[in-house]
Amino acid sequence: MGALDLSFFTWDLVTGYLLKGFVFSIYLTLIAMSGGILFGTVLALMRLSGRRWLVYPAAGYVNTMRSIPLVMVILWFFLLIPFVIGRPLGAEWSAVITFTAFECAFYSEIMRAGIQSVALGQAAAGSALGLTYGQTMRLIVLPQAFRNMLPVLLTQTIVLVQDTSLVYAIGAYDLLKGFETAGKNFNRPVEAYLAAALLYFVICYALSYSVKRLHTRIAVVR
Amino acid sequence: MIEISNVSKWYGSFRVLHDCTTRIEKGEVLVVCGPSGSGKSTLIKCVNGLEPYQQGGIVVEGISVGAIGTDLPKLRSRLGMVFQNFELFPHLSVMENLTLAQVKVLGRAPAEARDKGLKLLERVGLKEQAAKYPAQLSGGQQQRVAIARALAMDPIAMLFDEPTSALDPEMINEVLDVMVRLAKEGMTMMVVTHEMGFARKVANRVIFMDGGEIIEDAPTEDFFGKPRSERAVQFLSKILRH
Amino acid sequence: MNFRWEWDVFLRDTGGGQTYLDWLFSAWGWTLTVAGGGWLVAIVFGSVIGTLRTVPQRGLARVAAGWVELFRNIPLLVQLFLWYHVVPALIPPLKSLPSIVLVIFALGFFTSARVAEQVRAGIQSLGRGQTQAGLAVGFTLPQTYRYILLPLAFRIIIPPLTSEAMNVVKNSAVAFAVSVAELTMFALLAQEETSRGIEIYLAVTGLYVITALAVNRAMALIDRRLRVPGYAGGAR
Repeated sequence: MGALDLSFFTWDLVTGYLLKGFVFSIYLTLIAMSGGILFGTVLALMRLSGRRWLVYPAAGYVNTMRSIPLVMVILWFFLLIPFVIGRPLGAEWSAVITFTAFECAFYSEIMRAGIQSVALGQAAAGSALGLTYGQTMRLIVLPQAFRNMLPVLLTQTIVLVQDTSLVYAIGAYDLLKGFETAGKNFNRPVEAYLAAALLYFVICYALSYSVKRLHTRIAVVR
Repeated sequence: MIEISNVSKWYGSFRVLHDCTTRIEKGEVLVVCGPSGSGKSTLIKCVNGLEPYQQGGIVVEGISVGAIGTDLPKLRSRLGMVFQNFELFPHLSVMENLTLAQVKVLGRAPAEARDKGLKLLERVGLKEQAAKYPAQLSGGQQQRVAIARALAMDPIAMLFDEPTSALDPEMINEVLDVMVRLAKEGMTMMVVTHEMGFARKVANRVIFMDGGEIIEDAPTEDFFGKPRSERAVQFLSKILRH
Repeated sequence: MNFRWEWDVFLRDTGGGQTYLDWLFSAWGWTLTVAGGGWLVAIVFGSVIGTLRTVPQRGLARVAAGWVELFRNIPLLVQLFLWYHVVPALIPPLKSLPSIVLVIFALGFFTSARVAEQVRAGIQSLGRGQTQAGLAVGFTLPQTYRYILLPLAFRIIIPPLTSEAMNVVKNSAVAFAVSVAELTMFALLAQEETSRGIEIYLAVTGLYVITALAVNRAMALIDRRLRVPGYAGGAR
């Protein structure tokens, strides 16, 4: 094996193979993040509601997701979604649904900790002002919980970025697949995988660096 | 035996020790006192090289502490040290606390180390606690075990860094009693403490530190009789009130 | 929707003289091998790297920090491909290694970054007092780590290590991507051959959950064994 040959990395390669996968990975991350935080918050509120018929299903869902390998969850959804909706669904759409459903279990644990960290005193203060439970949560507790947990939510998002590569299992065309396909077609797999690793590293390192910055900023505000 | 000459130490641009000079002869007990933040704990930790210093020199029995190439572990094994927070090893039983360094550092046989440990536990009145773990003992008992741990290495001198200031008042005396006995047996000791009763009883000399400097260095009677510096007078009046 | 269970799918012959049940269990064995081997590598390297992050020698600490950043910021699957496609291409003697070994190292190094962070946090939670006490009785710095700091740190970090150990079991599933015959690979192949995806997936998922639970119990047992009477752990 000679030296690395990076000459095949041309603009055409980027637009022809890489861009599509890159855009899908970003898209998948953003949807799974926003959907995950939204549904995760709902799950967290269910678990903290104190009503059994809400607590048990939410806890069961979260614990199930957390105890199964993500690859298996991806395969399960890919298998079951066509069963449920009665027609086959592309790997990309299946991935979007899977990741939202999977990640919300993890975001819900973070939101639960965040809500618990502000809830007691603040909830009492809210009700003392005459706010309803829903108003107290929406106007007082959740904004604070969200702000306190922002660094942890972002750290989970770094995990999510890395997790998205697992759509490989159902053949969705993501960032990794783009590099892999290019590597195969140009017979340059070594360079392609190295470049993919580098790109992921840059993205995740930049994200974790900004989380660190955010941590110190939030510490100052408090 | 221990010679401290012109030692200065900085944390960044902040000078914690300023030109400190003193000496301790064999069999002597030196008490170091002064307000908190005066540098007394830092000074005593310089003596066994736990804290580095940037200027001056410390020589223990002819061995220079700060010199490159000094075998610090060997030097430390000959100087017993007792800490403010005891610092017993919490995952080891009392007996293991006493024997581990004997075996691993001095190379003693385990049985010999145990014998030594038992003898010392008896001496500090804790023979029955040998199998217990540190967290099961009171603060005073832990500190006595810590003293026994240091003595197990047959040190040529003992360093005490505020040995009673983390203790509840009712436990202070049991620790001081052990230290007084040790002093009377002729152990060379450097003791950072606020216990002026102890200083009066056994110290040969007292040094008073403030702002990283040694302000007074006097024989015990002189120090309590006619302290020369204003700051020492103030400090003593504050401390002796209770 | 008309669905009927067909659990007898596991008694069918795979065409190679064994049943799908036999295959399932041998796949479970491979999963255990990958996870166990990966965990071993992760503990060894994670302990060393985590320790180095706390030593006074700046250079070593920085190399260790670089290790953590490198193995933490690249997806496991991508790291696996690096081990499988790139490393043997750059270091030809490694070409003869079976893929199971490469998977074990990929999973182990990936996890070592996480273990290292726990080890570092555990050591740092002890504060300077224990280090000074160890040095004061005459231990060298390595001896202080060996006899005092590491035994204490590991006791403190068993809970977070437990979830890392369970993660290793789950993460071992990526081995399918380089055709190791473990549970996920079995799930993919057997699903295709038999078209009984639900039964196959349920069995595989069940075995993953059982394995993770067993790991959890094993770690709890270790925790109880190592617990020191009266000691809660952590900094005072």
